[in-house]
Amino acid sequence: MCGIVGLFIKDKTLESELGSMLSDMLITMTDRGPDSAGFAVYGAPGEMKITVQSTDPEADFADLAGDIRSACDVSCEVMLKDTHAVLQMTSDKADAVRTALREMGDSIRIMSAGEAIEIYKEVGLPGEVSERFELSQMSGSHAIGHTRMATESAVTTMGAHPFSTGADQCLVHNGSLSNHNNLRRELVRKGIHFETENDTEVAAAYLSNCLAQGMNLGAALESGIEDMDGFYTFVVGTKNGFGVLRDPIACKPAVLAETDQYVAFGSEYRALVNLPGIEDAKVWEPEPATVYFWER
Amino acid sequence: MQTVDLSTTELRELNAGLYAQMEAVTETDWEVLNPRGHHAVAVGINAPLNVDVHGSVGYYCAGMHQVGTVTVHGSAGPGVAENMMSGKVVIKGDASQYAGATGRGGLLVVEGNASSRCGISMKGINIVVRGNVGHMSAFMAQSGNLVVLGDAGDALGDSIYEAGLFVRGAVKSLGADCIAKEMRDEHVTLLQGLLDEAGIRDVSPTEFTRYGSARTLYHFNIDNAAAY
Repeated sequence: MCGIVGLFIKDKTLESELGSMLSDMLITMTDRGPDSAGFAVYGAPGEMKITVQSTDPEADFADLAGDIRSACDVSCEVMLKDTHAVLQMTSDKADAVRTALREMGDSIRIMSAGEAIEIYKEVGLPGEVSERFELSQMSGSHAIGHTRMATESAVTTMGAHPFSTGADQCLVHNGSLSNHNNLRRELVRKGIHFETENDTEVAAAYLSNCLAQGMNLGAALESGIEDMDGFYTFVVGTKNGFGVLRDPIACKPAVLAETDQYVAFGSEYRALVNLPGIEDAKVWEPEPATVYFWER
Repeated sequence: MQTVDLSTTELRELNAGLYAQMEAVTETDWEVLNPRGHHAVAVGINAPLNVDVHGSVGYYCAGMHQVGTVTVHGSAGPGVAENMMSGKVVIKGDASQYAGATGRGGLLVVEGNASSRCGISMKGINIVVRGNVGHMSAFMAQSGNLVVLGDAGDALGDSIYEAGLFVRGAVKSLGADCIAKEMRDEHVTLLQGLLDEAGIRDVSPTEFTRYGSARTLYHFNIDNAAAY
């Protein structure tokens, strides 16, 4: 069991409320996933942002901007948030910064990279995770959160969701894949690098690979129905899109709600009850093996 | 009328209040406000009560229902009326997966749609769905009846035993050993009775097709050995 929540804002006046609404939804899903929690927030696209996490933030983040400058001669703006840091740079410098980060040792891990996305995830109760990273203060166009009850790999920060395997992409998963080892081998052969043994990371990398081949999110998800075996409810984010897909058996719960102001996803209706205008929203259960996606 | 507001009252207090009526009924009409997707609302009622829930509920509402009527004026999450024994449960909105699963008796009415696995392993319950049902509905259904005024999804009645299925709309596909059957007079009478009980007066039983077991899976066939 895991919990998923997601929000895709249509009415720009709600963008400043994105974090507080998602935080409330995430905490409601605590009993579906008390092991660890995480969220991806898509802010206004700007310069390149790389979000990193450290197991030793005191040492690693003491002078992160200076360390990067001396490693690759790039000036980044650094924003620290507990165990995470968001580095901003011009996009032509992103690869150099990534290389520098990788060379700084195993204690620093890249959570996400892109013009809009920031991913925060940690072991612990969803309420604690939300508070540590001040989710309720964040704003943006869309966001996806996950509360994890682990089945396929260990309870670690890297095993928490969302997984990001491409620029501005992320995926969260409720369920378990049965053909992830085989799929991972095929993707490794195509040159894709994996950080964990986790099944969800394979699903994320699979979709990233489809997007890299020029598919849009809807087509990538359609292709996933054919190639991914197992139980899944996925919620996926891209820079300007938000998608939902359930496997053909559809055991894992899912509820969608849509109003003129937003599209919201919850593993259960409980997660949606505090959203504005939910009483009059169109609320439905997404059909199995059917792709739903919204783009702005 | 007893009113319980779940935004200010604990769920356990509601259910305990309903169970207390088993000793001696002091209040037959109950109104539940602000269920807000709570799980296990009004489960296991065993007293002749009318419980009206105003709003949508989460998992297992009216599970193991024994006596009386529970009406949800909203939608229900997974497993509504699971293993219901008798009495009546009415969902005014939609029901999520496995509505009425393993139900042994009574009547479950879903006025909207029911999703996948509606009536899975039903054992005597009658289920009437005004809208559509999802895939694998009435899987391994043993007895009782599933009435669907709309359409049925994939693999209806897979590995069915002796439950009766009546579908007015299209069936996307039939499951293993489930076949269309002749609608005889006794089935029309039975179906009319179920529609009456569900308060449905705008459709005729003759508009339905009956489905049931071809009974070819009842005994092991050695020719199928290679399939296992």
